[in-house]
Amino acid sequence: MDSILRMEHITKSFSGITVLDDVSFDVCAGEVHALIGENGAGKSTLMKIVTGGYQADSGRVFWKGRPVEIKTPHQAHELGINIVHQELMLVPQLSIGENVFLGRHLVGSGTLRWVKWGDINEQASSLLKGLGHPLDPRRQVGELSIAEQQLVEIARALAFNAELIIMDEPTSPLSEHETKRLFQTILQLKERDVGVVYISHRLKEIHQVSDRVTVLRDGRHVVTRPIKETTIENLVRHMVGREISEQFSERRSRKPGEEALRVEGLTASGKFSDISFSVRQGEIVGLAGLVGAGRTELVETLFGASEAEAGKVYLDGQLVRIKTPTDAVRHRLALVADDRKAKGLVLGASVRFNVALAAPRKSARYGIFLNASREREVAWQLTRELHLKTAGVEQQVMYLSGGGQQKVVLAKWLSAESKVFLLDEPTRGIDVGSKAEIYTFVRRLADSGVAILLVSSELEEILHLADRILVMHRGRITGELPREGATEELIMQLATGGAVH
Amino acid sequence: MRRFGPLLGLLAISAILSFLSPYFLTFDNLINVFRQSSVNALLALGQLLVIITAGIDLSVGSILGLSCVLVAMMLKAGVPAPVCIAAAIAIGAALGMTNGLLLTKLRLPHPFIPTLGMMNVARGLAFVISGGFPISELPNDFRFWGAGTIAYIPVPVILVVAVYAIFHIFLTRTTLGRDVYAIGGNKQAAIFSGIPVDRRLTMVYALSGGLAAVGAIALAGRLNSGFPLAGDGAELDSIAAVIIGGASFFGGLGTVWGTLIGALIMGVLRNGLTLLNVSPNWQKVVIGVVIVAAVWIDVLRQRTRKRESVHK
Repeated sequence: MDSILRMEHITKSFSGITVLDDVSFDVCAGEVHALIGENGAGKSTLMKIVTGGYQADSGRVFWKGRPVEIKTPHQAHELGINIVHQELMLVPQLSIGENVFLGRHLVGSGTLRWVKWGDINEQASSLLKGLGHPLDPRRQVGELSIAEQQLVEIARALAFNAELIIMDEPTSPLSEHETKRLFQTILQLKERDVGVVYISHRLKEIHQVSDRVTVLRDGRHVVTRPIKETTIENLVRHMVGREISEQFSERRSRKPGEEALRVEGLTASGKFSDISFSVRQGEIVGLAGLVGAGRTELVETLFGASEAEAGKVYLDGQLVRIKTPTDAVRHRLALVADDRKAKGLVLGASVRFNVALAAPRKSARYGIFLNASREREVAWQLTRELHLKTAGVEQQVMYLSGGGQQKVVLAKWLSAESKVFLLDEPTRGIDVGSKAEIYTFVRRLADSGVAILLVSSELEEILHLADRILVMHRGRITGELPREGATEELIMQLATGGAVH
Repeated sequence: MRRFGPLLGLLAISAILSFLSPYFLTFDNLINVFRQSSVNALLALGQLLVIITAGIDLSVGSILGLSCVLVAMMLKAGVPAPVCIAAAIAIGAALGMTNGLLLTKLRLPHPFIPTLGMMNVARGLAFVISGGFPISELPNDFRFWGAGTIAYIPVPVILVVAVYAIFHIFLTRTTLGRDVYAIGGNKQAAIFSGIPVDRRLTMVYALSGGLAAVGAIALAGRLNSGFPLAGDGAELDSIAAVIIGGASFFGGLGTVWGTLIGALIMGVLRNGLTLLNVSPNWQKVVIGVVIVAAVWIDVLRQRTRKRESVHK
């Protein structure tokens, strides 16, 4: 079989960091080629090079045997390469037909170039029927389910004469039933000789739908194989890259104290369901899982930022009702959110302002009048404890590094004297030095009796810090592993929906 | 620079006007400028609080108009002046609070919507209640608040100084003021830091409405009349004073001090141009240009500052 897309020896780096190193990849007409790897393995970057988002530093791309340079997304479209994004790129206010032909409406040949609605709706309708889903093209896209919207995107790609469709985590928002229907649609695409690149973390699904699989790890090509010659276990091994997980020694065994946080049957439909676990004082519990497993939603719900439908939360054995973050802070809960710039800091304000953000009353006289010198003192002391490098506590936080900003967020919760810390990807986008300092700090925090729930997509981080590891998959806790005996492979199996043997 | 820019602007405009008109720089005229600026200054103070939270309050002019009518009618009915004043401020604050509750409880998409609604409702009620006629000849002990003087200084000017001092302390020295800046600086982060954002926003709109009613008392007292068209278009003047005073429409920035200067710049311009026999229509043109120029200068300043900080 001839490949429609062939990429050879692709290398790409960003400001000195190599994200793709000599990667080769190809897709044949009518083939589903799965592309897998851990977060940050280089999948998205590779696909952005195909769709004109990035240019490769070196290496060659062939389209139907001819060398091409794809410089813009528009050019990719012209060639017949389309991507169905994780976040759908449709205009919700417009009809299905309008969306399918968005940007290139069928128009008449007269001087006025009237839009030919009849033709648009007819063609959209026949495309959707061909994919096995007869939807009325006049319906507004905003009313459709996510699965139906995805279908509209696929129809849109076909209307652009797509010969290659890239699907990025297409099943993560879908129910099992919808997933099955998507797979039927993919079969239809194969019959039309369309090539499909299927990016997913869900190894079971990959076995159902794809013909070949390529594994990337740390920006390198690991293996490409027909799917029939692989098993979930060996794919996981290729993704993680080690047979045995590293041993970690320096965590001394502390005696955890009383139960600080207990969650029973917490449910928020569409996000997570029936979550139960507990964290003791002085304990670090890791929460592993893939992006989209529902972990951020879980911690934000615990913190009162969004609503739960069912379930109970206990703090120090007392049943509490946390309906807003204000309640959470009053109960001495802290959330180091996944996006510190959006949810953690007032970037234009000073370090002192931000440190006092969660509990300005702590330093205030009579609980109302700010005491600047006391605030300065608290901020100065905490920044020193956290080894934060600043030009002083009056410096604006926007000029700090990512690591520095994260330390300010931690200082904010320390000054609020929080007892339970929910850490959501605390070292994302942080340099190695600050990362190590944050690890040390998190351990010290636990040693001081604080209960910590650590959400991280970096398995090494979880294995390094956690006393116990919970794994989430599609909104449910699929397993709990003790620190001893937890390996990256075991976690990955639970996180991808495979069972532990 | 953000701090002193508006002040330098005020001084420059005053210098030019004193050069062009011999009457500008006289004690009587300057007192007059302060008196004429006082109502706008009171409205602008409330507007400042709202704009710091990245909001906007279009209803302050209409709340002023309705308060004018209500206070005059109560006075005519024989209610003692202190009671009338307290009642008017309470009603203004209640109308402002309604704005805040509509915004936060109904989750309306932008403060433009509830305050635009309130702008129409309050103005309409002012006409309905008054029947469209001004209510004149108010008692002397009430007129004192708009037309009286203490040691040559007009009472409304003293009122402005006092209220501004209180709000300066409120914004810079209290936890509530801190929350207001935090909400405007990054609402999402304020929510995630446990600040009761909805309650604070409601408070800010209530204060804005209450300050509009204080402005109504100064205005009705000065004009010896409560008329339903009072404060027509005043919301835009108050927004202009805040913006000229260096606050950011994107929230998180702005000072009481700057807003006072902004209100004075508008007052000085109006006064000076009148002295120079410039028609009110041309005055509008000049003020329009000043608003855009003030913000543009600020944009330029920020651009250079960014460049500087990149080079650091």
